[in-house]
Amino acid sequence: MPDKSLERGEAVLRISDLSKFYIMGEVQVDALKHLSLDFYAGELAVLLGASGSGKSTLLNIIGGLDVPSEGKLFFHGREITAATEAELTAYRRRSIGFVFQFYNLISSLSALENVQLVTEIAPNPMPAEEALRLVGLAHRLNHFPAQLSGGEQQRVAIARAVAKRPELLLCDEPTGALDFQTGKLVLDVIEKVNRELGTTTLVITHNASIAGMADRVVRLRSGEIAEDRRNLTRMSPSELVW
Amino acid sequence: MKPLQRKLWRELLRLKGQMLAVAAVVACGISVFVSMSSVKYSLEASRERYYSRFRFADVFVQLKRAPEFYRETVSRIPGVASVSTRIYADVTLDVPGLDEPATGRLVSIPEYRTPVLNDLFLKKGRYIEPGKPEEVIASKPFLEANHLAPGDRVAAVINGRKKELLIVGMGLSPEYIYEVQPGSFFPDKRRFGVFWMSRRALESALNMSGAFNDLSLTLAHGASEKDVIMQLDHLFRRYGSLGAYGRSEQLSDRFIVDEIKQVGIQITFLPLVFLAVAVFLLNIVLRRIVATQRDQIAVLKALGYSNEDVGLHYLGFAMIPTAVGAVVGTLLGAWLGRGLMNIYGDVYNFAELVYYFRFEDVALSVLLSFAAAVVGALGAVRSAVQLPPAEAMRPDSPVIYKPGIFDGEALRKKIPVPVRIIVRNLERRPWKAALSVLMISLAVAILIAGRYTYDSVDRMVLVEFNEKHREDVTVIFNNPMPPSVAYTIASLDGVQEHEYYREEPVRMSFGHRRRRQSIKGIRSAEGLQRLVDKSNRRFSLPTDGIVLTSTLADILGVRAGDRLQIDFLQGKQLHRELLVSGTIDEILGLSAYMNLDALNRLAGDGGALNAAYLRIDQSKSGKLYAAFKKMPGVSGIMMLKAMKESFDELIAQSMTTSTLILTSFACVLAFAVVYNGARISLSERARELTSLRVLGMTRGEVSFILLGEQALLTLLAIPVGFLIGIGLSALLARALSSELYRLPLVFSAYNFLFAFMVIILVSVVSALLVKKRLTGLDLVEVLKTRE
Repeated sequence: MPDKSLERGEAVLRISDLSKFYIMGEVQVDALKHLSLDFYAGELAVLLGASGSGKSTLLNIIGGLDVPSEGKLFFHGREITAATEAELTAYRRRSIGFVFQFYNLISSLSALENVQLVTEIAPNPMPAEEALRLVGLAHRLNHFPAQLSGGEQQRVAIARAVAKRPELLLCDEPTGALDFQTGKLVLDVIEKVNRELGTTTLVITHNASIAGMADRVVRLRSGEIAEDRRNLTRMSPSELVW
Repeated sequence: MKPLQRKLWRELLRLKGQMLAVAAVVACGISVFVSMSSVKYSLEASRERYYSRFRFADVFVQLKRAPEFYRETVSRIPGVASVSTRIYADVTLDVPGLDEPATGRLVSIPEYRTPVLNDLFLKKGRYIEPGKPEEVIASKPFLEANHLAPGDRVAAVINGRKKELLIVGMGLSPEYIYEVQPGSFFPDKRRFGVFWMSRRALESALNMSGAFNDLSLTLAHGASEKDVIMQLDHLFRRYGSLGAYGRSEQLSDRFIVDEIKQVGIQITFLPLVFLAVAVFLLNIVLRRIVATQRDQIAVLKALGYSNEDVGLHYLGFAMIPTAVGAVVGTLLGAWLGRGLMNIYGDVYNFAELVYYFRFEDVALSVLLSFAAAVVGALGAVRSAVQLPPAEAMRPDSPVIYKPGIFDGEALRKKIPVPVRIIVRNLERRPWKAALSVLMISLAVAILIAGRYTYDSVDRMVLVEFNEKHREDVTVIFNNPMPPSVAYTIASLDGVQEHEYYREEPVRMSFGHRRRRQSIKGIRSAEGLQRLVDKSNRRFSLPTDGIVLTSTLADILGVRAGDRLQIDFLQGKQLHRELLVSGTIDEILGLSAYMNLDALNRLAGDGGALNAAYLRIDQSKSGKLYAAFKKMPGVSGIMMLKAMKESFDELIAQSMTTSTLILTSFACVLAFAVVYNGARISLSERARELTSLRVLGMTRGEVSFILLGEQALLTLLAIPVGFLIGIGLSALLARALSSELYRLPLVFSAYNFLFAFMVIILVSVVSALLVKKRLTGLDLVEVLKTRE
């Protein structure tokens, strides 16, 4: 497995002095405090942190779902934090793939249709069937979410996220709702997508064991970077244990 | 189909019960609008076409007898376009198959068919042949009601001589679209008919050669009806004119114009109620859909769907059921409209009843309902659009509950927990609860208002046929009779009570307001004819002065105590001043009452009688009827019982249908509101209620919490609905009242009971449907899914 730490090249994502705070009643809750981070093309990064560490907030801001209170975010040098609503929509539509902890499939649409939801609007998608083949679900195209197991649902979600050929794949606790075996299967798919398509991938999790599969591990604590290290070798998800 | 459209369809299908309810409400509103506006337009168009094709006159005058050369004189009056003169007479008829005597109006037509005003539409048979004085064309309703056809004969007493009339044709005339006997309000097709016969034959039978007693004319474009009427009155004063009048006082036209006006009122008021309810339903249903799909909205946005995409998607939830409602409503409306027109066709005799289904009406109603859908969906769609995706990923924050009115220390112990949950829910969102109550109460109100007309007509029947009139038979004389006629009548075998009245045509004026009206002189208000107002209160008749019906007093602008100017149109044609001694709010028509002796004194003659009210021995009715059929000097016979029967038939025909439609629509409304309320409540509370089940509550207890809330709302809505219903009925009564009749505002206990029962039934059915869903909830599944 190639070690990409040496060939960083251009930063796909540049986070500069980013803060996010919420006012709750009379108290200010700081979710992110002056965060600065760069992510590079093809990188598979794991953001580790306990619940409340600010990792989901960071992911939402990167994905254009949320705006920071302070600081800037650049995607290929373009300032996302200054984008209009329409530009943000286009950014999500073209460049970002999302995988959520609870899959968030549309229950009234079949696996194939859930993927088509994306291929329908993305500029240069792969065929929806191909995306599902990639995640090993070519045989369950016409099943509805309720007819699929949790792992299968998450794989559909991954297919939905990668079908648009995003530049950035954001996974929020992708194994959070899954058992160990199924979880590993899902991570396998994420790793495969990163490897085969070269998609820059950010996986956030509270599960430290997952860190082994990453090129890079960023640990967040109370909205600050506690650690930012690179793995010398990436483990295959099948080797992970938790 | 795109995935988002597929999602929309599948979810609409899943929510089909609720969506169908919305569609049904929209369909009701649209079908009322489409049917009523097409009926209105069709009636207007049918009337217009009939009038112009058969040259319906603009101005009419009836008089005693005037020389024919006056036709020329009238045609030279500026503004007069064309003139027709005729001879008419009301006569008693002996109709085969009918025991009691009927009344016929004979109207002259030229022997050779030439275009005249108020022309005939020959429906069947042929025109009369010259030189055959016995040939007549009879009116269609009369022939059909009596199962007569061209070739049959009826006997008439014309000028004291019995004459056989041979029916050769079946006809209709724009003058008798609403065909009623003079002095009556409701058609009695069996006992009143119009007969058109040769002018020559009528001239000789009535000794009217070279003369006429009826004139009608059309006005030139832009001519003043008022001026022409004044000239006619001046011209025919000495020929016993009853005063010229325009179409607005022509009874048949008056009825149609009023009917069209009433249809117009229904167009505006009913669809509005339905649209308001549709707005409300869409609002609550869509808000719930958006609330349950927060995470899906977030995902769609995360996937790159724009706010417009998401907004339009949720707008679809409102638009599609509305579209379904619009299509069904339009079809139903067209069908109902055609059906209603057929009913109108039975009451109103048009030469040809055209049914126009106008595209504009459909377009307007569809536009209105889509506007309603947008308004109803707006709040929910906006919140879907504005929902920040990052926030939507998180579950909705729990609603804040505060201690409410039932949370005082003392009360808390007494009120069981399920009841407290219900009360807190209502307290938490008082506006939503209030709106739900309002919507259910609107359904109650429509039920009340729909059946109100029944009660009103019942009162009308009670007052007119039981309280006000207690005679069996009215005998109308064709000429004023001296008081001594009473001896002749009294001598008839079978007459138990007899009472007479004088009816004197006058012109009343007060200030600049004038009105043609007849004064009815009666002996007292305690006999066969009484004075009873629409609230069924009896009035006595003062010995002096005149009593006017309230509407007439309003038209003239007078009040009790004012002095009215009276010009007698016949006899010595005296001008008098008269004290208005009171007003009475009667149900039917316009009337003016006086003491008979006072009227005789006022007229300055020895007294005259125009008609007799008789109470007869029913066992001798056959002989009496036979005597009436031969009696000279009688122009008409009216049987109270027969009038009541034909009235009942008329009501059964026209009102039953519309009330049935209204009642079923109100049921749809009630069901839609109650069922949707319960379904949404279930969806909002499924987790909470299932948790209670997991904690050990029984199905019954959990159902009680859910359905108890709905029951409470419904019970609150019933009295509110009663009040709104009364208000709505009062508005309706006001709007539908005219010179012809005023609807009394009365409500029977049955009306309220009916509304109550319907709402309870509808609530029980929707409760059962929801309860089935509630008990079918999978305990584990509900708890597993993320709210």
